[in-house]
Order: sequence, then C-alpha cells, then structure tokens
Amino acid sequence: MSQFAINILFVGGSFLIYILIAIWAKAGSTKDFYVAGGGIHPITNGMAIGADWMSAASFISMAGIIATSGYASSAYLMGWTGGYVLLAMLLAPYLRKFGKFTVPEFIGDRFYSKKARLVAVICLIVASLTYVIGQMAGAGVAFSRFLEVDSTTGLMIAAVVIFIYSVLGGMKGITYTQVAQYVVLIIAYTIPAVFISMQLTGNPIPALGLFSTHIDSGMPILDKLNQVITDVGFNEYTADVDSHLNMVLFTLTLMIGTAGLPHVIIRFFTVPKVADARWSAGWALVFIALLYLTAPAVASMARLNLMTTIYPDGTAAEPIEYDNRPQWVKEWEVTGLIKFVDKNEDGRIQLYNDAPSFQAEADTRGWKGNELDVNRDILVLANPEIANLPGWVIGLIAAGGLAAALSTAAGLLLAISSAISHDLIKGSINPGITEKGELMAARIAMAVTIVVATYLGANPPGFAAQVVALAFGIAAASLFPTLMMGIFSKRVNNTGAVAGMLCGLVFTLSYIFVYKGWFFIPGTANLADTPANWVLGISPLSIGAIGAVVNFAVAFAVSNATEEPPVEIQELVESVRYPRGAGQAQDH
Amino acid sequence: MSGHSYDAEKYWKANLRLIFGSLIVWALVSYGFGIVLRPMLSGIPIGGTDLGFWFAQQGSILTFIALIFHYAWRMNRLDKQFGVDEE
Repeated sequence: MSQFAINILFVGGSFLIYILIAIWAKAGSTKDFYVAGGGIHPITNGMAIGADWMSAASFISMAGIIATSGYASSAYLMGWTGGYVLLAMLLAPYLRKFGKFTVPEFIGDRFYSKKARLVAVICLIVASLTYVIGQMAGAGVAFSRFLEVDSTTGLMIAAVVIFIYSVLGGMKGITYTQVAQYVVLIIAYTIPAVFISMQLTGNPIPALGLFSTHIDSGMPILDKLNQVITDVGFNEYTADVDSHLNMVLFTLTLMIGTAGLPHVIIRFFTVPKVADARWSAGWALVFIALLYLTAPAVASMARLNLMTTIYPDGTAAEPIEYDNRPQWVKEWEVTGLIKFVDKNEDGRIQLYNDAPSFQAEADTRGWKGNELDVNRDILVLANPEIANLPGWVIGLIAAGGLAAALSTAAGLLLAISSAISHDLIKGSINPGITEKGELMAARIAMAVTIVVATYLGANPPGFAAQVVALAFGIAAASLFPTLMMGIFSKRVNNTGAVAGMLCGLVFTLSYIFVYKGWFFIPGTANLADTPANWVLGISPLSIGAIGAVVNFAVAFAVSNATEEPPVEIQELVESVRYPRGAGQAQDH
Repeated sequence: MSGHSYDAEKYWKANLRLIFGSLIVWALVSYGFGIVLRPMLSGIPIGGTDLGFWFAQQGSILTFIALIFHYAWRMNRLDKQFGVDEE
C-alpha cells in the first residue's frame, strides 16, 4: 500500500469516528449544547480538556520550539501546565458552583453590569478568534503535506468535519469527539517518540531517555547534543537564559493566561459536582503531562538526529552531500518547509550557526553561510521519517496532528458561539428568546463562526503568528484577574472591575503594539522588537503578567473609592464559595 | 446553608490556607528551582545536566499534578467535615 493510501486510511478512519460520535451525541437542549448536559464524568472531562487544550501549537510546534532553543523554552512546558494548578484552586470549582453557561455571564452577574459582560465578550472573542485561526492554518498544513491536496481544500474538509459535529452536537458532540481525538493524538505522539528513544538510548520511555546515555557515544544524550551543536557554533542546549526576570514573567503570563482562557474554563461547567471540577483539573493535567513530558525528549532527540543526518561522520568531518540527502529531506523540500542553497558550491549541506562568534571557524572550513533552512514546525511531523519508522506511523502522525488542531478549534468555536448566542443575543439583544430559539441561535452562531474562522485560516491576517502574545496577553491581563477577584473579594464592585479590565487590557495591548506594530499593521511599530529595547528586558510575550497586576491594582483602588457592592451580590460571592447546592443552581 | 455562620468562615479560611501553601510549592518548583535558583542547583548532576533543568522540563509538571490531586483530596474532605458537600 502506498504512503498516500495509508494516510488517507488513518485520517479518513479518524474522521469517520468523529462523525459517528456526532450523530450519536446530538444536542436536544441549550444545556446539552452549552455544557453537554452537565453530566460528564471527571476523567472523561479531563481527557476532553486535554484535547481541548493541546492544540496544533502543542502537538506540532512546541517540540520544534524546544529543539531550537533548549532550556529557554522550558517556559512553555511550565507555563502551559502550571495554569491548571491555578484553575483547580482559584477558578474552576467556584465557577462550576455558580452553575451558568459562559464566562462573560459570571462576570456580568457578579459585577451586576452589562458593560462588564460586554467587555468580557469582546476579550473572549478576540482571544479565541486569534487562537482558532492558528488551528485552522495548522490543519491546512497537515492536510497539504499528508493528503497531497492544497491547503485551502484541506481547510475546507476540516471545516466541514468540525461543522458536522459541533453544530449538531454542541458541547455534547464536542466532548465525546474530544475524548476520541485525545486518544488519537496521544498515541500518534507517543509511538514515534518511543521508537526514537529506543534507537538512541535503549530506554522505551522517552521522558527517561532524555536523561539517559546515548548508545552510539556512551555519553549522556544531553551532553552529546551540547557537544555536537556547539561544534557548529550554536549555544549549548542546556544553557541558562540571559534574563531570569523575563523568563519568570513569560512563564507567569502563560500560566495565568491558560487559567483565563474561556474555552478551557467552560469545560469545567460540564461535570455534575464541584468536587468533580477539582478532580477534572487533576486528570486533565495527567493527560496533558503524557504529551508534555514526552515533548522535551522528542525535541532533543530530533535535534540530535537532524545533526547526525547532516554530519554522518561527526561534526569535525565534512557534512553530507546534497545528492545523498535522505528521502524525507526531499519530500519536505517540496513543501518549501526545508530549503537548501549551496552557498559555497561544494555540493554539501553546511548546517551551522551563522553568528559572528563562529565566523573564524566557518572561514577556515570554507563555509560561506548556513545552507539548510529547516522550518521548526516540521520536526514532529517529520520525526517518523527521520527515524526511518514504518509507513503506518506516518499515517498516525497525520491523523494525530489533525486531531489536535480540530479538537482545539471546536472548543474555541463553541466558546465564541455561546458568547454570541447566550451573552449577546439572550443577554442583551433579545432576553425573551425561547429555549428553542436560543438553541437555533447558538447553531447559527456556530456556523457563522466556522465560516469566518475558515476564511481567516485560508487568508491569515498578519497577526496570526502573534497568537501567543495576543491570546495569552488578553486572557492573563483581563479575564483571569477579574474572575479571581469576583470569587475572592466581596469588595470589588462594578466600576472597579470594568476599570481594572480595561486598564489591564489597554496596558498589555499597548506594550505589545509598541514592539509588534499597532494592531499588527506592518511598519507601525515604535521600537524594534529586540531585547535591547525592552523595558527592563521584558519581552512583549511576557507583559500579560504585568497587565494582570495593573488590573488587580486598578480594580481594588477604584472599588475602595466607590460604594460597596449590594448585599445580594455579596451573598452571591458567599454562595460560590461553598459547594452545597451546585446541582440545583444549574437548572436556571 | 447559611453563608455567614462561624463554621462557613472557618471552612473558607482553611481553603485559603491550603491554596496559599500549595501556591508556595507551585512557585518554588517552577520559578524557584526551574529558573531563578537553577544556578544554585547546578552542582547536582542529573543525566548530563543539572537538577534545575530537570525541574524546568519535567519536575515542575510532576509536582503540579501532585499538588492538584492533594488539593482535591483535602478539599473534598473539608467539604464533608464542614457539611458543605453536595449530597
């Protein structure tokens, strides 16, 4: 069977499963559509959260980022997992007790303000829409490489599949497909990693292999990697970072951003009890950790494999001849994600760090510049080919990458469409809408959102690449602090909350725009985005944590200068703190 | 349930104490051992690198899992003890 046929079989098979689940889990009420009926088991929910959370960025890009910058990228590993501790202790159980359908609904009720609810809706839509563009684009890339269709056609196929199960089943359909997608993506991620860990270290568990001995050299694998890459001018893989402050703030921004992302929070509304919301967070992190503990191993091993492919006789000897390049390099060259230019015209592939510090050595060896440009996103997708694994593993990776992109996209689309139908339409425009009317509105909102996301995925605006800065910055600076104050303070009032949200948001966006361009329009940046220009060495990616502090400070200051919240609001805060009565609260 | 009773207040204070303790550990393993204190731990080797690198790439994630399950277990017990659990 050809590789193409195998890929079709795996991807088609997984899609068929998703559609069958959708038909089985059709939503009959708004409660089904928004919170899957509220009866999901915590372990099931944990698995769904895992798929909801682990996006194309986690599955496809993260290992590539770690492979490129080594220790410095640990911020992603800690940041994208540590947020679950905050969710479990500071938000999820109380929001579950509150027992409504959306995140802006809590903000609107707790701060007795339509304005607060509206600001929350806008934050939610901007953060989620930016995020979903990345997922759609990621699905397009996976399609174009493995199914040999162009990425727009691939995107359309992905959109139709999401359409079927999310419009039909809402949260209910999404929950069960996410469970299936988790299983597909974790198997797809783990199997090649196990093979590669076995080949390089003899240890079948990649997370342990990372700290084991490299069979060929007899050295610890990280020592070997450090040696090979420093030989050609790169920094040590395990080297410390220049600014601890920036790394701390970046990690903190990712953590509180994770905890503030609405598509993750609403998953906690689907379990029956407050205690289940706590357990869900733990199970979610277990399922996420299965991938996140493997990713750093994949990163270092794939980087070492890449180096030994290019320098088969060691870094002191000449690199491989271009004509003898392995098959996987040829295949990825077609996609343009690997580029080779023979700058010194010796017919060999010189891969090294084009930095001034390495110039002298490059000159002695007759190298005229780095000749191989490898897009870091292909690392995981090309992993099985680099390690010469059988064809079915490649098919599995294709299905896994798509599962990661689709599951996150569906979760985000639901967060957006429920904000539109429940917060905007039922909350403001037409409060008298019937249950049936709202369900129809939710389905239409979902369909429209899918069309918009598909269009933006096919024609990504300039800011799509800034998704991390934008989505996490907004969630960290606006939604997380406001939700937390709503639960832990009885004193913060409507004026304080709105002022805090807006100040946190404006502060964070301004700092990002100064370096990345106003509204990401090219050429409008005030300062070049380099560490020398950053205030105190804080990068625009790390500013969300400071934005959160601004939000807290402004909200408390303004609240203390204005009147206390009314008694019934203080009682509402009391009631979310105690689990008893969560079941009844949900039937509103 | 009366939200203003003495017991309810004690329940909430116990929750806050538990959260506070957990977040200290949370910060220590990630921001502490994984980043700021890494140079101090560089003397402790782990398979080709140092303990700080391990905490940054694996140790903190494992600690986070333990923290959440510990919190869930303790809170569910507190819920029962103070009679605020769901029947």
